Amino acid sequence: MKIKSTILAGATLAIMTVSSAHSADTIKIGFIDPLSGPFAATGTNGLQQFRYAVEKLVNEKGGVLGGKKFEIVPYDNKISPKESLVQLKRAIGEGVQYIAQGNSSGVANALTDAIKKHNKRNPDNRVLFLNYSAVDPALTNAKCNFWHFRFDANADIKMNALTDIIKGKSEIKKVYLIGQDYSFGKAVAAAAVKFLGEKRPDVEIVGNELHPIGKVKDFTPYATKIRASGADAVITGNWGADMIGLGKAIGETGLDVPIYTYYAANDGITKTIGASGKNKIRLVHEGPANPPSTPEYEAYHKGFKAKNPEKDISQFRIANAIQMLASAMDKSGSAKPIDVARALEGMEFTSLHGEKLMMRADDHQLIQPIHISVHTDENITFDSDNSGFGLRTESTVAAADTALPTTCKMRRPK
Amino acid sequence: MFELIFFSLLNGIVTGLLLFMLASGLTLIFSMMGVLNFAHASFYMLGAYFAYTISLYVGFWPGLIIAPILVGLFGALVERYGLRYVHRWGHVAELIFTFGLAFLIEEVVQFIWGKDTKAYHEPEVLQFALFNFFGQDFPAYKAFMLLVSIGIFIMLLLVLTRSRVGLIIQAAISQPNMTAMLGHNVPLVFMGVFGVGSALAGLAGVIAGPALGTFPGMAVVLGSIVFVIVVVGGLGSLGGAFVASLIIGLLQTFAIALDYSVSDLLAAFNITTAPDSALRDLWTLSLPQVAPILPYLLLVLILIFRPTGLFGKRET
Repeated sequence: MKIKSTILAGATLAIMTVSSAHSADTIKIGFIDPLSGPFAATGTNGLQQFRYAVEKLVNEKGGVLGGKKFEIVPYDNKISPKESLVQLKRAIGEGVQYIAQGNSSGVANALTDAIKKHNKRNPDNRVLFLNYSAVDPALTNAKCNFWHFRFDANADIKMNALTDIIKGKSEIKKVYLIGQDYSFGKAVAAAAVKFLGEKRPDVEIVGNELHPIGKVKDFTPYATKIRASGADAVITGNWGADMIGLGKAIGETGLDVPIYTYYAANDGITKTIGASGKNKIRLVHEGPANPPSTPEYEAYHKGFKAKNPEKDISQFRIANAIQMLASAMDKSGSAKPIDVARALEGMEFTSLHGEKLMMRADDHQLIQPIHISVHTDENITFDSDNSGFGLRTESTVAAADTALPTTCKMRRPK
Repeated sequence: MFELIFFSLLNGIVTGLLLFMLASGLTLIFSMMGVLNFAHASFYMLGAYFAYTISLYVGFWPGLIIAPILVGLFGALVERYGLRYVHRWGHVAELIFTFGLAFLIEEVVQFIWGKDTKAYHEPEVLQFALFNFFGQDFPAYKAFMLLVSIGIFIMLLLVLTRSRVGLIIQAAISQPNMTAMLGHNVPLVFMGVFGVGSALAGLAGVIAGPALGTFPGMAVVLGSIVFVIVVVGGLGSLGGAFVASLIIGLLQTFAIALDYSVSDLLAAFNITTAPDSALRDLWTLSLPQVAPILPYLLLVLILIFRPTGLFGKRET
């Protein structure tokens, strides 16, 4: 056993030396996300999207800084903050200077702290954190730091955009909030209560419910309760099996009201909800899929599906993150994280969708248009889960209107 | 309010009867062999996945018949070549065997079918609202689940109390040695009961899969609750399992439906609680929040005050 593991370690070392031999002309991006365990499906989907984005948007176009190629190096963190820090150390040891992570704000919080400390102690070997999905508002407010950049809209921004839409819908008079009983579920409920109170004080919150996360076998009792409360709209931050169960159960009671969600699409969810959620489920998100926005995006989407027929572009922000990183490098003429970070601050950028984005310098939060889309099978060009069903954008909140004030006091290195 | 009670009652009965299909097999196996089969809920999951795969090729209805038979055969094989083998090392070995089997099945299911939820849907004939009451639909599929569960209950009751096979099973439960002496093949009876119990769990999975979702965690969310039913109902008592299933089903549904908190209860006795007291979290705890622990509370109470269970004849 011992001999075996020595051989294995030796082999790994050999592979590592070989791969670092040509590292001079590649820029490595360490992808730290779950690649095994219960959230592996989401993690591997993200990895494929990163790989495709890097190939299509950077390497095939000749790379950055006159020929340097991007390379995605995956590190499995099993969605544990502790494991993520181990993988971060390993990545830094292997010469990675750019870290991408997205699943779970708990992991993002741990990484942003660790990277801040590392950069303070090792000014010659700094690391930049590209957060593509963790939406805890604190990451760009109380806990913000110079080395962290967020490409998804945070939970408050999404709720702000959503309540902007609800503000214009006078037929919505009673709202039911339901979520998973943990930090994110509570944050969504708190934001909903706050923004609805500000924008639509006449709206009555007829239910504010938290259910055990991942333990509810049947959502019918909850759906019955929602139905009986007379709600005109439901807001939920549920994801995974909890989202499927809730969506199906509400559909079966025949309740015909909009269900506003954060994560009710892709990774098997669209396919499972299918017809029972048609024209009911709505998603607050960035990066619209339908109707197709630009020929550039169409080509990008088709290329991805040709390579990964079983997967979807569920996180369009990955393309933004890669393109903005590349353009920051070209702009600053350097691949050093500090120069790239300075170039990213305040950067204005036009995405594949033709949308104008801006990386706000105050807190490193990407300010972008937010869309409310409906789950349907009509007029869908790009479906999800190959199910015929997909998301069609109903309304859009302009980038400027989504920008919320931040409490971040950014401290920049000299 | 009436609407809420009416639908909670219906949903509670549907959930309860579904639980009964799982519990009926488990309680027979438990009382006969003295082994808590931890893998019982895994057979339920297998039923759903088998039926899903079958439904892709030949539709829902053949799956309803074939999947439980496959699960039952698998269960019989597990008993014949697994449990009977480890039995020589006593009950603890059997317990650990089923425990390991549960994990094994879950991993294998993930390996074969993947980790995401499968799009296993109700058959189209049953995709309509059976009736509409106060504007709320009752899906026809729920009624179908109700009918199948009741049918199984009646069938089991008849087989166990009115047939010769039932007579032998009853005898093997209480006096296995004497039954063997009388010339009956008791190991075969054990294998048969284990197989039929597994098939029932599989059938529960087949009909629950489209309604509650077909995903690798489906065994875990249901597994522990079935043990509660077996203990509350009383060992080996089919009637007990039936009553306990309905109690648990209704308890869970109504606990979620009724929004009362501890402070409401105290207010009924004219006790007011300070909003800034240190125990505030306890006072604001509402019934829906404690709903998941209520069955286990019931389990503890039953074990303290009536260790034989509601209808059981011997102590667990």
